[in-house]
Amino acid sequence: MQKKRLFSSLVIASAAALVLSSCGSSNSASNEPPKLEAMKSLGAGEGAVNIVAWAGYVENGSTDPNVDWVTGFEKETGCKVNVKNGATSDDMVALMKTGEYDVVSASGDASLRLIYGGDVAPVNTDLMTNYADVFDNLKNQPWNSVNGVSYGVPHGRGANLLAYRTDIVKPAPTSWGSVFDVNSPYKGKITAYDSAIYIADAALYLMNTQPDLGIKYPYALDQKQFDAAVALIEAQKPLIGEYWGDYLKHVASLKSGGTVLGTTWQVNINLAKGEGTKVEGIKPAEGSTGWSDTWMISSKAKHPNCAYLWMDHIISPQANAGVAEWFGEAPSNAKSCDLTADKNHCTTFHASDDAYWSDVYYWNTPTEACLDGRTDVKCIPYSEWVKSWSSLRNS
Amino acid sequence: MLQKISNAMHKNSRLRLASLLAAPLLWLVVAYLGALTALFVTAFYTIDSFTGNVIQQFNLGNFQDVLTDIAYRNVVLRTLGIATLVTLICAVFAIPMAFYMAKLAKPKSQRVLVALVMTPLWASYLVKIYAWRTMIEPETGVIDWLLGPIGIHSPGFGGPAIIIGLSYLWLPYMILPIYAGFERLPNNLLDASGDLGARNWYTFRRVVLPIIFPSIVAGSMFTFSLSLGDYITAQILGGKLQMLGNVVYQNFSINLPFAATIAMIPVLIMGIYLWVVRRTGALASM
Amino acid sequence: MTISRTARRILAALLGVGLTFIYLPLFVVITNSFNASKTFSWPPSHLTTEWWSKAAVNTGVREAIKWSLLAGASATVIALLLGTALAFAVSRYSFFGRETISLLVVLPISLPGIVTGIALNNAFTKQLGISTGLFTVIVGHATFCIVVVYNNAIARLNRMGTSLQEASMDLGANGMTTFRLITLPNLASALFAGGLLAFGLSFDEIVVTTFTAGPGIQTLPIWIYNNLFRPNQAPIVNVVAATLVVISIIPIYISQRLSQDTTSGGRF
Repeated sequence: MQKKRLFSSLVIASAAALVLSSCGSSNSASNEPPKLEAMKSLGAGEGAVNIVAWAGYVENGSTDPNVDWVTGFEKETGCKVNVKNGATSDDMVALMKTGEYDVVSASGDASLRLIYGGDVAPVNTDLMTNYADVFDNLKNQPWNSVNGVSYGVPHGRGANLLAYRTDIVKPAPTSWGSVFDVNSPYKGKITAYDSAIYIADAALYLMNTQPDLGIKYPYALDQKQFDAAVALIEAQKPLIGEYWGDYLKHVASLKSGGTVLGTTWQVNINLAKGEGTKVEGIKPAEGSTGWSDTWMISSKAKHPNCAYLWMDHIISPQANAGVAEWFGEAPSNAKSCDLTADKNHCTTFHASDDAYWSDVYYWNTPTEACLDGRTDVKCIPYSEWVKSWSSLRNS
Repeated sequence: MLQKISNAMHKNSRLRLASLLAAPLLWLVVAYLGALTALFVTAFYTIDSFTGNVIQQFNLGNFQDVLTDIAYRNVVLRTLGIATLVTLICAVFAIPMAFYMAKLAKPKSQRVLVALVMTPLWASYLVKIYAWRTMIEPETGVIDWLLGPIGIHSPGFGGPAIIIGLSYLWLPYMILPIYAGFERLPNNLLDASGDLGARNWYTFRRVVLPIIFPSIVAGSMFTFSLSLGDYITAQILGGKLQMLGNVVYQNFSINLPFAATIAMIPVLIMGIYLWVVRRTGALASM
Repeated sequence: MTISRTARRILAALLGVGLTFIYLPLFVVITNSFNASKTFSWPPSHLTTEWWSKAAVNTGVREAIKWSLLAGASATVIALLLGTALAFAVSRYSFFGRETISLLVVLPISLPGIVTGIALNNAFTKQLGISTGLFTVIVGHATFCIVVVYNNAIARLNRMGTSLQEASMDLGANGMTTFRLITLPNLASALFAGGLLAFGLSFDEIVVTTFTAGPGIQTLPIWIYNNLFRPNQAPIVNVVAATLVVISIIPIYISQRLSQDTTSGGRF
């Protein structure tokens, strides 16, 4: 009897849920992003702006009274800043899909998803006075524009470097081959970034070492190329001590010697060095993957004017320098370099060194339509990358 | 007015019952079960490979993926193993501790001991797990620093570290119900068994254990289910290992239908567990 | 009680081992709040009070505590109301499907937080079009808090029986008065214990919160999560945790004082 009762209530609940879920939206597949218009002219601020950002991108002095590029903006524009930190790119996409937020600091592995999902609108860069000072090689790139239409303003960038303990790893590595070498003497002390996007690192290595696979761009992999990259990571697995996702675990591990070799960010190297660890980070011969974040505006923004004001503010030399130093990345505004507290900041992070960035492949979102322009094959979309990553992490 | 309502209510017991049940059932059945059902309906959908938007079209592709890929069987078995071991370890620690607290300690120190067990519940989950990172760190961690000289070394990050971390987190949730169970156990029962010549161990096995078993099961509801769904501990202490929760978390925002499919696994496991547990009467002693 | 001296000693030793296991990591947390190393390396090369003074001027953490208290208190109130009502219904009435209630009520805490979290997130944002915010956090927390109040209340109600209430009614008190003067006072300590546990569960909850918190809503665990994974901020988190451990003595002390007055006290 009681079983029946529970069962019938489940049936009612599921019927209700079905009715509800059929009201959801569903977009049909297309290779073109939805046609959306950029804003024509700037109006008065709406009094608030809701932002999704990486932790450390939007600081209002609550963390450290000296780290504050929000309070001034709020006073000047009257736009109150509400921020939600996203822990991962996937988080951010999910948050933007809610339509609650006006602006997002999207990494390349999120930006295209947002563009094609119709979640962000094109950006009229003429409405931002600071846009002219942004490094040219960051503008209109494959991860922040589609068919010449710009969908955001570049924020900062960094390369995924190869870290190694100078006192342990000898001779110093020069190639990503060192983390894929199945006979590595550092077996069990190698690390890799814990995300599906790491498959691109393997693809980048294969692009250089196995030209017959024909990989042109690490984020555009057909089935054969993708399988090869996944197989490489599968073979690498016994070498790995742990995968890292947060800087704290990673730096602590570098310091203790639990990790002696593997993927890292410049900021981690600096931090570990600051703690007295003998460690270096290099960009190996094959080049590297990297990230370039983009401020984007929601297609459903409730505060579009404040959103534009914010985007213009966050790439202004002062704010951009503040973020770059606090977060540990290369600023996007050329004028920021004069304003950093550490005068070497831009040199350390290669901010204006165009040659340095020429072989950095910034994170991008793989889609079924190959991003390298091939039309004769289908590429593996990012959702499949994630599934494969889950699978190989547990195989 | 209130007076009138309360009198009317008193007279009509069906009305009273309905007014008591309405809000909680609305909440639990409609809001909670409704949300769960909606999630599991999603498991039969798929996503647009280009935009990542959910396409509402019935298909079983996700189930096929989960059932055919050996990786998912591995992670289910691993997670089950970890949750079971964590529960056993917690029980082994908790039974003697709770017994001493409830039956041997003086009333005054009893209260202090309960407070001592409850205190760590207020230190943040994440901070405690990070403290275990400092403890377990091979060679330079606290364990090697303290116990290295006597030849005990840290297991390093991986399965054992996850088990230690989770056992640590959930131990108080096991001690407290068992402690309550012992408190309800009359002293003279133990004495009687002793008077009849039973040895300590025999008394424990044949008299005590059966009586407090529902309390242990009640504690296991926490230790087992909290371990089953954890993903943060695995991220921080797991080295290369992942648990079911990690797979759900990874896929959640990029591929909700697939995440929902994976999420059905722990629900199924807990469903079976609850079904078995209900027969022991443990749900009432949580 | 007759128990051999050796057994008694062994048990005391086991308790000692257990408590060491519980307190060693907390000791590490407190030490690390003075550890000069930003990555908590052990043993500390030297000690500093830098993190404590930085935490003192950190307004973000105060804001986060405010959100946590607000969410915890609201969820606890809802759980108290719903859990008590349900306990009354189950203990005082017989009705169709009564046995299923214990299963239904325990479901939210026994299913993994990540399942509850993504189910609520999906229902709120995709199905109902409700934007996440403080409200959604409270709904999420209250859902898994109901069970602890319910369990505490129903145990007490079953022990109390109905004779006292009947006596009160026979002496002419109406339902309301009886509830106010007889039932509630007898139930109070059980409700307090349940409420405290519910608040504690909510206060340290991170998984469900991750999926239900809206813009600007940063509860303490979320704040800790964000700061732990941000360069230069991690040590402050240890300060906050150390402080929490010390402050937690207050609610624990109160609950202990209350349970002293009753025969077996709150169940936890």
